[in-house]
Amino acid sequence: MSTTPSQTIGPFFRIGAAWMDTPHVVPADSADAIILTGHVLDGAGVPVSDAMVEIWQADRQGGFPPDWQGFGRCFTDDEGRFAFLTVKPGRVDARQSPHIDVSVFARGLLQRLVTRVYFPDEEDANSADPVLTSIEQPAARATLVAVGTPPDLRFDIHLQGDNETVFFVY
Amino acid sequence: MTIRPDPDYDVPAYRSTVLRAPHRPLVPLAHEPTERHGPAFGHLSIDPLDADLTRWRPLGERIIVTGRLLDEGSRPIAGQLVEIWQANAAGRYAHAADQHDAPLDHNFTGAGRCLTDRDGRYRFVTIKPGAYPWANHANAWRPAHIHFSVFGRAFTQRLVTQMYFPGDPLLDHDPIFLSVRDERARHDLLARLDLDTTEEGRALGYHFDVVVGDHLT
Repeated sequence: MSTTPSQTIGPFFRIGAAWMDTPHVVPADSADAIILTGHVLDGAGVPVSDAMVEIWQADRQGGFPPDWQGFGRCFTDDEGRFAFLTVKPGRVDARQSPHIDVSVFARGLLQRLVTRVYFPDEEDANSADPVLTSIEQPAARATLVAVGTPPDLRFDIHLQGDNETVFFVY
Repeated sequence: MTIRPDPDYDVPAYRSTVLRAPHRPLVPLAHEPTERHGPAFGHLSIDPLDADLTRWRPLGERIIVTGRLLDEGSRPIAGQLVEIWQANAAGRYAHAADQHDAPLDHNFTGAGRCLTDRDGRYRFVTIKPGAYPWANHANAWRPAHIHFSVFGRAFTQRLVTQMYFPGDPLLDHDPIFLSVRDERARHDLLARLDLDTTEEGRALGYHFDVVVGDHLT
């Protein structure tokens, strides 16, 4: 069968999606929680205030057990800002550095955009990660690595422009 | 790998893409463990009434929209989340940002959700949404549509799309619908009037399957 084509989420998705406004992937009182914040910005540097950002990740051990939520959904605010409370995932295999998968949905995006967040305190693992090393330009690779010091990490998403985030297709 | 029927990001006829579509080539991502897994929602206690958008008796033509969530191999995806949202019969969303001068219907939220059953089937009772104008170009009106958001078994299977109604004359003028370049693929966005689903004297039935990519393990 052919897959159903994607269409934009449009500007009014909150009425259908806000019932599951879940920026907390783990309980707020988790001792090892990290806060992952960022802004979604368009090609003119203007905040995208009508985006939905979803994250998906492994648990602390790098696994995906059935009782692991691993999923977060957040709606950008007037400044284009999103914020998740989660934990740093373990390594999912021997090759890949810890990472969080991200989907961005918005008016003007006919498909979601997919990217990955890597961690700034994993320099050795990042330098051997097959996904990161497949990106030749250091500046482009850097768009996938959050900045800051755990537990406070920042990951801005530039849809276009000089600092355009690396987006994936599979 | 099959060629995806999805639209390009950069479709200038749809103006909102101009500053939002990425310009750099997308980087191929293998189906690694994170991509081969995905969130599960079977534990959610979703009220069956959340699939009935007509329970407060909104105005409009009552319809049943049903179909299956499948992968490319026609395998049903059971126990996964389907979310929908839509305008009311007058073409107005119950959303603060919708300023279209058409009446709100206080008996209609325009939102529904359900989990697919063991055959991958979902079923909503709703009303046919109205068309509405938008600022994209002169005399731009969106054809009637229902937004669908589905989760498969894997992160790669996540899909947001729109379902349209067959025979709508606005389809030929809609840059969002036309962003899907292949005509046969556009046809996959049309619901089919289904008299087997229709409930005599009560609601017209429409059938709409949602097919996501295969789940690689």
